[in-house]
Amino acid sequence: MTTTEAAISGEVTRRAATRRVAPRRAPGPAGARWRQRLEIAFFVTPALALMALFVVWPVVSAVRMSFYHWKGFGPMDELVGWRNYDYVLHDDVFRGAVTHNFVIVFASILIQLPLGLAVALLLNRRIRGRGLLRTIVFVPYVVAEVIAGVVWYQLLQPESGVIDGLIRSVGLTPPEQGFLGTPSLALGTVFVVLTWKYLGLAILLFLAGLQGVPDELFEAAQLDGASWWQVQRRIAVPLLGPTIRTWCFLSMIGSLQLFDMVWILTGGGPADATTTMATYLVNQGTGRHNYGIAGAASVVLFVIGFLMALIYQVFVLRRDTHEAR
Amino acid sequence: MKGVSAVSGRTKTFGGGGLVVYLLALVAVVITLGPVVYGALGGFRSNEQLASDPSGLPDPWVFRNYSQVVTNPDFWRYALNSTIVALITTVVAVLFGVMAAYPLARYQFRLREPLFMVFVLGLLFPAAVAIIPLFILVTRDLHLGNSYWGVALPQAAFALPMTVVILRPFLMAMPRELEEAALIDGASRVGIFWRLALPLSMPALVTVGVLAFVASWNAYLLPLLMLQDDMRTLPLGVADYSSEHSSDTAGVLAFTTLAMIPALVLFLAMQRRIVSGLQGAVKG
Repeated sequence: MTTTEAAISGEVTRRAATRRVAPRRAPGPAGARWRQRLEIAFFVTPALALMALFVVWPVVSAVRMSFYHWKGFGPMDELVGWRNYDYVLHDDVFRGAVTHNFVIVFASILIQLPLGLAVALLLNRRIRGRGLLRTIVFVPYVVAEVIAGVVWYQLLQPESGVIDGLIRSVGLTPPEQGFLGTPSLALGTVFVVLTWKYLGLAILLFLAGLQGVPDELFEAAQLDGASWWQVQRRIAVPLLGPTIRTWCFLSMIGSLQLFDMVWILTGGGPADATTTMATYLVNQGTGRHNYGIAGAASVVLFVIGFLMALIYQVFVLRRDTHEAR
Repeated sequence: MKGVSAVSGRTKTFGGGGLVVYLLALVAVVITLGPVVYGALGGFRSNEQLASDPSGLPDPWVFRNYSQVVTNPDFWRYALNSTIVALITTVVAVLFGVMAAYPLARYQFRLREPLFMVFVLGLLFPAAVAIIPLFILVTRDLHLGNSYWGVALPQAAFALPMTVVILRPFLMAMPRELEEAALIDGASRVGIFWRLALPLSMPALVTVGVLAFVASWNAYLLPLLMLQDDMRTLPLGVADYSSEHSSDTAGVLAFTTLAMIPALVLFLAMQRRIVSGLQGAVKG
């Protein structure tokens, strides 16, 4: 961080002469330069220091830790090179975890996006009680993931749960071990609960985006004889492009970090059917004290997230910044 | 569905909803509120009622579950812990965030955008990635394990990127004339920050403040590793209560329902501000 600050102050020196607003009482150019440097440092340092200590340093430590065999006590001095990475990348449980994260990433985009769009377009119509509806669809987002998880856990109990009861009442047979207890169904069930929890954010963002579309556009299209469906497809959805792309980005990052809901609903089970990268590394770290392996898993998680963000930025989001110029 | 034929003047846009629209809206409401209402009503039932008919209504209404939670000192202890942690997180994140956003919005220097990118990149560092070293740092190196600050400071650090990203456009939109007038009147930049920028950006500060507060209130992973026993926050309390009293479903539902109320009330009260804040961030 100190290099950043030094770089900034150096930059300030060069640019000070071209500053647009110079304080009238400024004590000459050199003094003003120093003064601005100090001001910027004063404003930015607390935030950068906090992030350096609690974000950057732990990430750097995770990288360092990933090259050691360390059980959490004594000095960290048993260097093992890439062995932890070798272990993690060949561990079926971790491979499964990566797969599960990606299933959630793509399922979110393929299912939550159209669903969220549909509800947002629906709520954008002038129907009675629209304000109340908007508030209601946002409720699950506000509830803590843990709390939502505990309630859904009760709903999904085999035999005694409401969901099983509903299924039986229409004459079907619910899975014997329950939805969360059956390996082939557990991940899908977790995804359904996540959709319930996070669809509200998508809807809220899309509605906010739709507010930005001038009414005249809709009216003009309508006067030209376009149907409701045509207007949505040709005007509303394309104009929502940037919002949709931002949502996809947020959703992707969130899906890769998935922890709370899985931890509460299944703890990663049954038979590792719902492990995610985050549950894996917490399990290895605080659970089994394999800190080196947890470190390697952290680094893999970060690299995957970073690459996805980079690819997305280059191929998808860049269009928005270009269009904006 | 087609409102076209009904267009007689310019006042009528696609509006209205046919029966289908209202039906769909109803389905959305039932699915959305179903689990929450089930939890709240389940708290008014006895375990026998829940067992004999999981989806029934309270009959008769049982108030014992809720009264047990309300008279449970642990519940209030957890609520107090959650409140203190969330308040520290919010104050630190908002204060440091607006300080950082100010020069990024109002000063001219060439490294401004790269510096802003540092914060944008911060969005990509989830707490999960660094959680194990963070745990070691806080408990062993800083000796802040099982303390309010040990959770609040890292949470504030992880909330900062979002705070800066949302606040910057607001500060950029502040009219330059105001600032220039203040400078001519002899105010310093720091004075302008305190007396001009802060009051003018108050709505945005409330937005990021509520976001930081609710994120902290709902957080699980970090408190899970850092806090034990008396220091636990509500989400930890709920999770532990539900596994310790797994046979007392009605009690768990009552506990859970009461735990979700504060965040819900705060967020719903601030709904408009949040929406406009997020809107700014998405467009910015």
